[in-house]
Amino acid sequence: MMTVPINWYLMLGAVLFTIGAFGVLARRNVIVIFMSIELMLNAVNLVFVAFARQLHSMDGQVAVFFVMTVAAAEAAVGLAIIITVFRNRETVNADELNLMRW
Amino acid sequence: MHHEAMAGAPTTVHFLWLIPALPLVGALFNLFLGRRAGRHAVGLVAPGAVGAAFLVAAYAVVQLVGLPHGAVLLDIAWPWIAAGTLQVDVAFRLDALSAVMVLVVTGVGFLIHVYSTGYMHDEPDYARYFTYLNLFTSAMLILVLADNLPLLFVGWEGVGLCSYLLIGFWYTEEANASAGKKAFLVNRIGDAGFLLGLFLLFWNLGPGTHSLSVSEIAQHAKAIPLPIVTAICLLFFVGATGKSAQLPLYVWLPDAMAGPTPVSALIHAATMVTAGVYMIARLNFLFLLSPTAMTVVATVGALTALFAATIGVAQTDIKKVLAYSTVSQLGYMFLAVGVGAFSAGIFHLMTHAFFKGLLFLGSGSVIHAMSGEQDIRKMGGLRAHLPVTYTTFLIGTLAIAGIPGLAGFFSKDEILARTYASPFGGPQLWAVGAIAAGLTSFYMFRLVFLTFFGECRADEHTRHHIHESPKSMTVPLMVLALLSVVGGYVGLPAHWLWGNRFEAFLEPVLGEGLHVEHLSAATEYTLMGTSVAVALFGLAVAYLFYVVQPGFPMLLAYKAGALYRLIVNKYYVDELYDAVFVRPTLAVSTWLWRTFDVEVVDGAVNGTAEAVGASSSVWRRWQSGNVQDYALSMLVGAVAILGYLALR
Amino acid sequence: MSPVVFMMMAVLLVAAALGVVLHRSPIRSALSLVVTMFLLAVMFLLLDAHMVAALQVIVYAGAVVVLFLFVIMLLNLREDARAMARASKVVAALVCGGLFLFAVLWFLVSAAGRGIDGGLEGGVPATFGSTELLAERLFTQFLFAFEVTSVLLLVAIIGAVVLAKRKLA
Repeated sequence: MMTVPINWYLMLGAVLFTIGAFGVLARRNVIVIFMSIELMLNAVNLVFVAFARQLHSMDGQVAVFFVMTVAAAEAAVGLAIIITVFRNRETVNADELNLMRW
Repeated sequence: MHHEAMAGAPTTVHFLWLIPALPLVGALFNLFLGRRAGRHAVGLVAPGAVGAAFLVAAYAVVQLVGLPHGAVLLDIAWPWIAAGTLQVDVAFRLDALSAVMVLVVTGVGFLIHVYSTGYMHDEPDYARYFTYLNLFTSAMLILVLADNLPLLFVGWEGVGLCSYLLIGFWYTEEANASAGKKAFLVNRIGDAGFLLGLFLLFWNLGPGTHSLSVSEIAQHAKAIPLPIVTAICLLFFVGATGKSAQLPLYVWLPDAMAGPTPVSALIHAATMVTAGVYMIARLNFLFLLSPTAMTVVATVGALTALFAATIGVAQTDIKKVLAYSTVSQLGYMFLAVGVGAFSAGIFHLMTHAFFKGLLFLGSGSVIHAMSGEQDIRKMGGLRAHLPVTYTTFLIGTLAIAGIPGLAGFFSKDEILARTYASPFGGPQLWAVGAIAAGLTSFYMFRLVFLTFFGECRADEHTRHHIHESPKSMTVPLMVLALLSVVGGYVGLPAHWLWGNRFEAFLEPVLGEGLHVEHLSAATEYTLMGTSVAVALFGLAVAYLFYVVQPGFPMLLAYKAGALYRLIVNKYYVDELYDAVFVRPTLAVSTWLWRTFDVEVVDGAVNGTAEAVGASSSVWRRWQSGNVQDYALSMLVGAVAILGYLALR
Repeated sequence: MSPVVFMMMAVLLVAAALGVVLHRSPIRSALSLVVTMFLLAVMFLLLDAHMVAALQVIVYAGAVVVLFLFVIMLLNLREDARAMARASKVVAALVCGGLFLFAVLWFLVSAAGRGIDGGLEGGVPATFGSTELLAERLFTQFLFAFEVTSVLLLVAIIGAVVLAKRKLA
């Protein structure tokens, strides 16, 4: 059985990452933007695990561990911010949240 | 030719720095604590500091005299400049020449400080006055004690600064402030010349490190090519012209009379203005190498002596007469050093400090008595009311006129004799000097007769207040009068009694000056007799004009017409300078201010600001406040980096 | 890890990811995200990362996405009339995303000779990816990071609570 070259995993990761990036840039709903960010992080996790497997080193998986932890923390705080913004502005559309303009 | 005769190496001492330091401490005290401490404290500290400096100086001179002939006391206080080939220390040198200068400066300075406590008694800015006066004394002492030219220049600039501050002491009157500015600016021109000379000298001293000390220059001077030596000497002389008020840079000195009278006595008669003469005497070995420079110095000195004397005969302000007289007497000193009679020049410097200081202080006493009046046409008959002032003033006048027996006679006579004999002088310059001597006698006695003799022409109110000055003012007058009498006896002509001890004392530093053919006794006595005759003639004419026939001068002035107007208006020199130098400079400056500064400089600065503002108003639209736009920018950046890495 | 299995998983993953990004309703996006997470967990298993796969399911799918769902429901979000941003932004996103993907793929392809090559043959111990090995790494070499992360979580908890609390009127 031919093994899967690592490049395939990396390319898959790249595709997932790009899809996530597109979501961040093109969606209006802030929560969906957040979910796209999570998607991007997951793509990176995939790449990490692939490299760990190739290099026979657990360090890649440790990195994934930390990414997950930080992503969880970030999601919690980020969603709390969105709730606060919603309470003040009644909107979760990214277009309408542009107070910090010139 | 004589080079500096050194009796071995200099003796190292460590206390010379105290001499300029003590007045400096006095100045600091008066500056920071003067107002709070009060008049009495300031009046004690200021003269006290100078008195203390005098005592230290006297002690130092005693030490010096105790050493073999030609010794030098050297105090290298601390290092100053260490830059490549220039290694200059703050070093003070006491040899015969600086011994004379330091005693004159501290001695006469002390007397004038004491006098000032009386004269400036009612002055609200008492502490400020003494701050400046002490500071001046300190700077002057640095100048005369400096072992190297850069340190001398520090003192040179310092006295110039203090001169400016003191001339414009009552700066609320615009005329006084302008006079101060004029003095400073004209001095600056001279200083530029001095600096250029200094640079040229440094440039040509050859390889190795240099400290520009006197001994070092003496060693290397002969190696410098003659044209450069001449240039250096002439540039130094320009500096001397500015500081010592010779043609063409004398114009500031008459205006400087706007300052308080003790200032005029100290700075513009006894000490600061003599700095140029001192400097040339100090560098005698350098000047002796260049006949051209010597001739120039002698000629300018002689012409200045005559020129200023002619102006002095028509002045009506008591201080202005004395100012032009100072210019004239300085001319004599330069004439002396120019013909190679360096010790004669210093001798006259010393006697001049005595009698000119006396005359100025005496005029101060007169002005004080006349409630501020300075116009001699409004004086007269003060002999009866101001006995001490009159007597001392008369002694000073006799001295300056060169009447035998008093100090001025000996010093002036020696200058004239040496001028006659010197290759740089000769009979022509002697004649100029003799005529000037006659005029000196004339205008000084004119001053005496108009001020002290005849009917009092003052108004009722002023006449009522005429009174002799307090002891603090009259005692210095008496001391200076005594010095004006006996001060000349240190320098008797060669065959009389103990001869010229002054010259012998200064010989290690000044050499014999130019070695000249000694005049035959007959020639010498003829010259002496002529100068006495000329002086007495001046006295007689003055007596005739102002005592016997008071109306005669006015008649003469009327008859002379244009000539008289020319003299009274000081040959229109100030007006000439104004038209040729001042106005064009002012015009250029105004243009630079109105046009260049506003349009170009401000335009550039404001233009830069506007450019930044304009460009930023374009760029700031990038900051839309929209997070997704920022994320897009980040992605674009990432793409760029990746692209670069991929294509590498 | 046969190629066939991989291709299947890859296709499903991309579809789920597109679902996240393209669904109009946020709820549906969230559910697509869950699917993506699960699929990724399977991928991890294929790569002998057992512990990480378990964590993926527990933490990501089980906690993070649930949190998302809670927030969506709390804010009572409906579908938007317009899901996407205005056209210019979408086009810019497509272009940049496309360029980015192209750049990465090019990089990967051209780096064939640069050491990212290679297969994922065996040669790993049987315990590779297990809890023990992960823990061993965490508590030795990465101990400091581990401790700092716990502080980070504490900060996040406090922050989330403070931010989301209703002010007492």
